[in-house]
Amino acid sequence: MANTTTGLAPARAPKAPEAGALVATSRKRRYTLLTRHDKILIALMVGVPLTLDLLLIWGPTLASIGFSFTNWDGIGPITGENFVGFKNYQFMFTGYTLFWPAFFHNLIWLAWLTFIATPLGMFFAVLLDREMRGTRIYQSVFFLPVVLSLVVVGFIWELQFAPTEGFINNAFGLVKSGKLIDWLGNPRINLFAILTATSWRHVGYIMILYLAGLKSVDPSLREAARVDGASEVQTFFSVVLPVMAPINVIIVVVTAIEALRAFDIAFIINQGKNGLELLSILIYNNSLSEASLVGFGSAIAVILLVISLGPIILFLSRTMRTLA
Amino acid sequence: MGDSSEAKRVRNRLALRDAALNLDLDLSRRDVLKIAGYGSLAAFIAACGGGTTTTTGITAKGGTMSLGSYNTDPNSLKGTKAIVDAFTAANGGTKVKINTVDHGTFQNQISSYLQGTPEDAFTWFSGHRMRFFADKGLATPIDDVWDAVKSNYTEGFAASIKGNDGHAYAIPTDYYPWAVFYRKDVFAAHGYTVPTNWDAFKALCTQMKKDGLIPIAFADKDGWPAQGTFDIINLRLNGYDFHTELLTGKQKWTDPRVAAVYKKWSEITQYYSPAFAGLKWEEGADQLLRKQAGMYLLGLFVSDEFKASGSPADLDQLDFFPFPDLGTQYDAEKALDAPIDVYMLTKKSPTLSADLGQAKAFMEFVAKGSTQVLYWQNAPGSIPTANDADTSTYPALTKKAVQIVSQAKKITQYFDRDSRPDYSGPNGMQGFLLKFLANPSQDTTSLQGQMQKFWDSLPAE
Repeated sequence: MANTTTGLAPARAPKAPEAGALVATSRKRRYTLLTRHDKILIALMVGVPLTLDLLLIWGPTLASIGFSFTNWDGIGPITGENFVGFKNYQFMFTGYTLFWPAFFHNLIWLAWLTFIATPLGMFFAVLLDREMRGTRIYQSVFFLPVVLSLVVVGFIWELQFAPTEGFINNAFGLVKSGKLIDWLGNPRINLFAILTATSWRHVGYIMILYLAGLKSVDPSLREAARVDGASEVQTFFSVVLPVMAPINVIIVVVTAIEALRAFDIAFIINQGKNGLELLSILIYNNSLSEASLVGFGSAIAVILLVISLGPIILFLSRTMRTLA
Repeated sequence: MGDSSEAKRVRNRLALRDAALNLDLDLSRRDVLKIAGYGSLAAFIAACGGGTTTTTGITAKGGTMSLGSYNTDPNSLKGTKAIVDAFTAANGGTKVKINTVDHGTFQNQISSYLQGTPEDAFTWFSGHRMRFFADKGLATPIDDVWDAVKSNYTEGFAASIKGNDGHAYAIPTDYYPWAVFYRKDVFAAHGYTVPTNWDAFKALCTQMKKDGLIPIAFADKDGWPAQGTFDIINLRLNGYDFHTELLTGKQKWTDPRVAAVYKKWSEITQYYSPAFAGLKWEEGADQLLRKQAGMYLLGLFVSDEFKASGSPADLDQLDFFPFPDLGTQYDAEKALDAPIDVYMLTKKSPTLSADLGQAKAFMEFVAKGSTQVLYWQNAPGSIPTANDADTSTYPALTKKAVQIVSQAKKITQYFDRDSRPDYSGPNGMQGFLLKFLANPSQDTTSLQGQMQKFWDSLPAE
């Protein structure tokens, strides 16, 4: 950093003999392709985002980790008495009845998206890629929910699922026959009800991502496969899918992130209780609501951070590899 | 069927919104008249901005002040504007800057709000929720204002605004009781009589079920409505003292008396609305409104839904009775939930030191019966608290509400106002009650164990 800003390099560097000119040959004279202007520009372009990143992302992250060892209620300064060591974590894993349900609900969410919603989106993409009649219309129909925010999706599906006034129970005559299904209030089924709502949007999202990928696959590959006598299914799994590797990684990461950041729909439905507990909602209900258990909420946030690091690292390592 | 009822709901909402808009226009027209009329000098000063400040004792006229308000629904928003305008006119043209924040958001962000740069005065609740922030030093005591207005209040209200340190922190402005609501025409058509004891109550439920009604409308998707039933059964069964001690941690949730509450409660859950865990309180109110349900234990605000139906005949049919006696010594207490809404002064407001006189004048102003009646005219679910409020224009429903509250020897604020917020929310009590209601016949020992464990995990207050 210091080198780039103090500008040790000559203002107009001679043409470097090789690409590795950035590597200094001696401490005093360095050959570089970069002018002082370039260096200031680079310093700014790297420095400003880095500062913002440290300030707005890593600062709060580290603060959360710090808070997670306290019982601070968000009011007044934090004193030595507020530090409670690992008590928050201990209670979370052993005494807090909502943590493990929330954890498993996130897992169910992930499994549902991975094995049902995402494959369905990919399937639609493959179908629509075949240029059948009305492709554009289908594409728009499936993509439409994606432009809605999850909050709006939550409101829409709340109207569908409402026990006495909702569309579903009325359409199937359950209101008339008195055999109401409590889609949103029964803790055994409400998670799947909102997963349906989530999928409604997720399928379209994945479909568009995948369709974009499929369009970029070289048609001659498929032709070659056909000439070699491969069936449709063989062509897809042995030729198209491997070519799509970068998109596949993005799909996997998007799915994982969607599952981890699940919040909106469950919160709209009933603030995430009674079978709809999710880690993100527990963080909100503890630290941001009137409850003000900032310390305990932060401890849950740290756990979610640790879990989130998995897909993030996978994504970054893949991206770095493709760049390199 | 469902579609048409849904459409009706939407229409009602739209009609309500239109009505609100019209009335808003009315209000502004009235403002113009007001400025032209009696408050001309004051309004002129206000219009010029700033204004002259004259201090008399603890209060000051003219000048400015600010108010943070959670009154966002059309009725209460109109009411707030009306009383603020009246204050400006009456207090030498004091300019009041109102910051209106969505009710739920205001509640959720209250601690950061009070610690940041809040307005001078703010709308809030009495009970534990008030004392909590008083204890944290985030509210300004107003003993001087209270001394000036306390003759206008009964003892019950006086007790409701005292902090743990004995100082006065708030001005109570309105309240609403919780009771069992019903339609007079439905009761008349079936020849039902108002039950006064538990057995008669249950017998009535059985009869209603036979007659094809949902005996008790119940809607607990939002989690808090069930707390009203817990409160009233606990008050009737175990008394006011046990209830308040339980909610403040001086009694254990594992106590057999809590188990008794659940046991008693489980006797009537079979009469509840089907799929109640997926219903919102408005949907429960609609069941009562549409004569599908016979009774509904809720606050007086259920009348808002009747008003929104658009037909005055519906509101005329609405009546209520106090929760039936359970045959214990505590029946005599006639205790009930009657949450009180208050105005308070913040501590950290950057302008409070300059505006203290005006803010205190505002507190005195909202303690007047005339101010509260003005608010009530806009938001009829909120009954004035002051003794000098003109009750002559009250409709029968409001008069009866005043009556049952004045007959009550003990008044509670509601579970989530009497207990600590981290315990009463979706994380805690709301979830616990839903767990109980999912299987009311369960042995509640393990549930009570979880409740106590959660209480014990909370940091000391």
